Parts: sequence; structure tokens; C-alpha cells
Amino acid sequence: MELFVIFASSILINNFVLYYFLGICPFLGVSKKIDAAFSMGVAVTFVMALTAVVSWAINHWILIPYKLEYLQIVAFILVIASLVQLVEMFIRKTSPPLYQAMGIYLPLITVNCCIMGLALLASLKEYNFPETVVFGVGAGIGFTIAIVLMAAIREELEMADVPETLKGAGIALIVTGIIALAFLGFSGMIK
Amino acid sequence: MAGRNLWQEFTKGLWLDNPVSRQLLGMCSTLAISNAVINGIAMGLAVSFVLICSSLLVSLVRRIVPNQVRIASYIVIVASFVTIADRFLAAFFPPISKALGPYVPLIVVNCIILGRAEAFASKNSVGRALIDAVGMSAGYIIALLILSSVREILGSGTILGYRVLGTWFEPWIIMILPPGAFITLGILIALAFQIERKVKQRR
Repeated sequence: MELFVIFASSILINNFVLYYFLGICPFLGVSKKIDAAFSMGVAVTFVMALTAVVSWAINHWILIPYKLEYLQIVAFILVIASLVQLVEMFIRKTSPPLYQAMGIYLPLITVNCCIMGLALLASLKEYNFPETVVFGVGAGIGFTIAIVLMAAIREELEMADVPETLKGAGIALIVTGIIALAFLGFSGMIK
Repeated sequence: MAGRNLWQEFTKGLWLDNPVSRQLLGMCSTLAISNAVINGIAMGLAVSFVLICSSLLVSLVRRIVPNQVRIASYIVIVASFVTIADRFLAAFFPPISKALGPYVPLIVVNCIILGRAEAFASKNSVGRALIDAVGMSAGYIIALLILSSVREILGSGTILGYRVLGTWFEPWIIMILPPGAFITLGILIALAFQIERKVKQRR
């Protein structure tokens, strides 16, 4: 039950994009086409699940036993950077079209706040191993939902008559605000 | 780049290439901690410290570091300065450190810093890199101050904790919640764009 609460709340209530403001750069950058947005979401979910596992292991087997918690930031960022490199090589080998679609945003996952945020938040909340993994997968799914929703709205916006001033970032951020407002409605679901 | 003098190098960060309103970099920290002015100031100073120090160091080592491992070494440089900032805040300003939560360690993945290291500091002399970093920091702090003032005034009727709007004012709770951050920033960016357009028309 506890695990389910973490899962549901990381998807809907504490959504990484809409509540923690993590991963805004890819959220605004790759949300122009639904396909690209979806593949970005899948890539992020995959990297997040991996990061959750690896960062937990590093935190609990190396950093905490040897009292090296102050190295957390350096350790986490290095792990994430190497993980992303691996995923990038894997995708380039197995699926060139997918690699094309993600373009420069795949290496950018390294500096994607949601991956680093996941590792930090999981250690801040002192989750145990299953909780960390569930949190990671849930957060990834939450990111995917948010970015696909955004892409769907933006595809429609292409056709809409947006005032010249609001075009681009302005309207994108206001739409995000409205989505976040809608997601706020979920917060009563779980205490 | 060569045509720019030092003054232009500094001022471009304030308006022309403002990291927040123009380049849309570092959105996560900007949005997350702008619910109160005091958090905005703390975050702005922390980011400036990291940005200036890492720009300096990146510029100093730019000829030594091989091209293939440059991103990795930049990340380590940035991460070390972020650790310093994080430990400093935790030691001397525990309440602020608590309020900022994971967003101080997250400076390490703030695109402003890595972006400037890669796009500017790695290609320019130490002096230019320093001026660029100071300009960018100033632009970031100004953007944060505006955003967090709007949100704090409308969201709790106060600024830096002092009440500026009378008791008649019913705070708009939504402004200190996440949706308020997105909408306010969207409107501010549109406003900056509009001003820019008007200026261009006049020329």
C-alpha cells in the first residue's frame, strides 16, 4: 500500500515537472511533436529507473558507510553522466530513427534536473530500495504524461491565433501553468 | 564575439542574452524558489558564486583539458563549487538551506552554468569569461528578483516578510503554488518580448 501511494503521488500529485519544476528544459524543448515527446518521456523514464537503482546502491553501500555524504553531489552527477552515455550508445546502435528523433536532447538528459532531482529527493526522503525504484518509475511516467499532454496542446496551438507577443515561450509557460492547476486537483486524493 | 568590447560583454547578460527571459535556461531553480524574495536572493547569490567560480576555472584550464573529456571535467568543476555553496548555506543559514531544499544541489544541473562554461568560458580568456559570468549572474538575479517580488506580493501580500498590501488584501494563494510560477514567468517573458519589439520598431 505504501508503495502504491508513492507511485501514484509521484505520477499525479508530486509530478516532477508540474510540482517540483524539474526537467523544464526538455519539457519546453521537446514538446512540439507528440512522437518526439513520447520518446523523450520513455528515455527519461528508462534513465530514471536505472538512476534510482544505481544512486541508491552508491548512497547506501559507499557514501553512508564511509561517511562521505558530502560527496553526494559529485558522485550522483558522475553516475548519471555515465549512465546517459551508455543509454545513448545503446539507442544509437539499436534504433537510429529514435536516435534521430531525440537529437541533441539525449545528451542533455545528463543535465536534466529531473534525473539528478530524483537521486537527491530519494535520498532526502530516506526511501528504502523498493520505494526508491517505485519512486523513480512513477516519476518517469509522470514526466511522460506531462510532456505528451503538453505536446498535444502545442500541436493544436500551432493552428490557434496566438497574440504575437505570447508566441513561443510565453504561451508555453502559461499553458503549463494551467496544466499544473489541473493537476493540483489531485492533491486531495492522498494525504 | 571579437567585435564586442568588454562593456557589451557584460551588459548582454542583463538584457540581450538574459539567461531567464531570453535563453530560457535554469528554469527549474527559477520557478521553484521564487515564491518568496528571500529565497530568490539566496538562490541568485548561490548561482552567481558557482557560475563565476566555475567560469574562471574552466577558462583557466581550457588549454589543458582534452576535447573529448571536457564536458565531464566541467561537470566535476561545477559539482565541487556547488558542494561548497551547499555546505556553506547548511552551516551558516540553516533555515534558508532548508527552504531551498534539493534546489541548491540541483544548481549542478542548472543549464546556465554548464551552458556558459561550454559556450563561452571554454573559448575565451579569463578576463572575458569573468565579465561574462558576472553579467549573466546579474541578469539571473534581476530576473529572479522581479519574479519572486511579483509572486510574494500577490501570493502573501508581503515583500521580504514585511506587509506591503493592507489587511484588505486577500492573498492569491495560487501565486505561491506551482501554477502561479509558470503563469507569472510566462507573462513576464511575454512582457520582455513586447518591450523588445517596441524598441525594434522605433529604430
